[in-house]
Amino acid sequence: MGDRRYTETHEWVEVAGEVATVGITDFAQSQLGDVVFLELPRQGRKLGAGESFGVIESVKAASDLYAPVAGTVLEVNERLAANPELVNKDPLGEGWLIKVQTEGGLPDGLLDQAAYQKLAESGGH
Amino acid sequence: MPERTPLYERHRALGGRMVDFAGWEMPQQYSSVREEHAAVRQAAGIFDVSHMGRVSFRGGGVADYLQRLVTNDLAQVEPGHAQYNLICNEAGGVLDDLVVYRLPDGSWSTVVNASNREKDVAWMRDHAGAGVEVLDRSPDTALLALQGPRAESVLATLASDLDLAAIPYFGVVQGQVAGRPATVSRTGYTGEDGFELYLPAERAAAVWDGLLAAGATPAGLAARDVCRLEAGLRLYGNDMDEQTNPYQAGLGWTVKLNKGDFTGREALLEVKEKGPDRVLVGLRCGERTIPRHGAAVSRDGEPIGVVTSGTHSFFLGGGIGMASVKAGAAPPGAQLEIESRGGAGGAEVVKLPFYRGSVKTAVSSRQAG
Repeated sequence: MGDRRYTETHEWVEVAGEVATVGITDFAQSQLGDVVFLELPRQGRKLGAGESFGVIESVKAASDLYAPVAGTVLEVNERLAANPELVNKDPLGEGWLIKVQTEGGLPDGLLDQAAYQKLAESGGH
Repeated sequence: MPERTPLYERHRALGGRMVDFAGWEMPQQYSSVREEHAAVRQAAGIFDVSHMGRVSFRGGGVADYLQRLVTNDLAQVEPGHAQYNLICNEAGGVLDDLVVYRLPDGSWSTVVNASNREKDVAWMRDHAGAGVEVLDRSPDTALLALQGPRAESVLATLASDLDLAAIPYFGVVQGQVAGRPATVSRTGYTGEDGFELYLPAERAAAVWDGLLAAGATPAGLAARDVCRLEAGLRLYGNDMDEQTNPYQAGLGWTVKLNKGDFTGREALLEVKEKGPDRVLVGLRCGERTIPRHGAAVSRDGEPIGVVTSGTHSFFLGGGIGMASVKAGAAPPGAQLEIESRGGAGGAEVVKLPFYRGSVKTAVSSRQAG
């Protein structure tokens, strides 16, 4: 419990009980550059694992966000509407994106810290 | 293996995120685009633009040769002045945009886009008659752009014997910077007042360090792109290319059809008489739409063109961009639809530039030609 897992699409997830917090990685924010705005789901939306749940727009590009876990959106980080730069400044902390009530635990195929580090060092692909 | 400028180690030491740009390993950003952009708009930012090509000319008929090579009228350029220019091919397509300098001693040189340097140098050599020598000075020189309302006071700390206030917009002087010879012009690509410094490669680090110590903020290519777009300045490869003529790019003011013969003149004469079939317009979007290069543009559901450049302007608080659209289809004030990630975003057609900064006067350079 409490340890972070990663997707190959550069999201992270941390589960406490049945609540998963989701964000993007430091590598992802550095690749994107300054985040300008995010489109995030409404509270109550059901997500499948791997489903696109929003879009992050940076100065450089627009990228889809993918749910690392299945579940229902419990909470959206409202501070990001006015302060999208939190995703750049503190992607693993105050720049979290959504909290999800999980269904069925963590799916297979998520990466641990070491495996994700390797992916990021190889350029992210 | 990408090329590196003489300041590569400095960029790494400052935490610059290095990206490939036109075959060069260049800093995209150091801290954040927001902060670097704000430094340029409110104080002074320093850009390493040594990836751009620096070409000088030697020989008897250089002035006549250049006058036939470019579209603007170099006969209007006195020693100590520079002029914005285009090189066109015979069909009138833009090969590159460049600044041509007539140095105080009367000699000529240019700065061209990094992505076009080899193509330009080959073209210049192909078109040079006997007696004109085309010298690619890029490998042994560096180019820094110091930009912002405080650029003059920052540079003054390193150039106390230069009368910076006396350098007009698009003026160029030679003198001492940090105790060694340098060429200094009041030019830039940000819409702010500022200077570009031409240095021997081995002097780049000392001058860079001196400018940082004097209060300039290092700024990367991402901030440079936002600044140039806000100022309505075109980017070669995005807003124009060999398939675009100057009138389609809104650069007809750089084409002087009455100056005598030059490459592309006949084709351009015809375009001017007929009028361009497409034009470049400014796009102003809402807070949550960023026009992206290549996105389709339509009006009332009918496709009329494509976004050539776009970004988010922190300064203006929304998306801005330029689009190439059918002539007459998008007058100022027209509401357009821009293809974007979440469906279609709205944009209003506005006149360029989006923003006028501290730049001395953009009009003076246009009239210089």
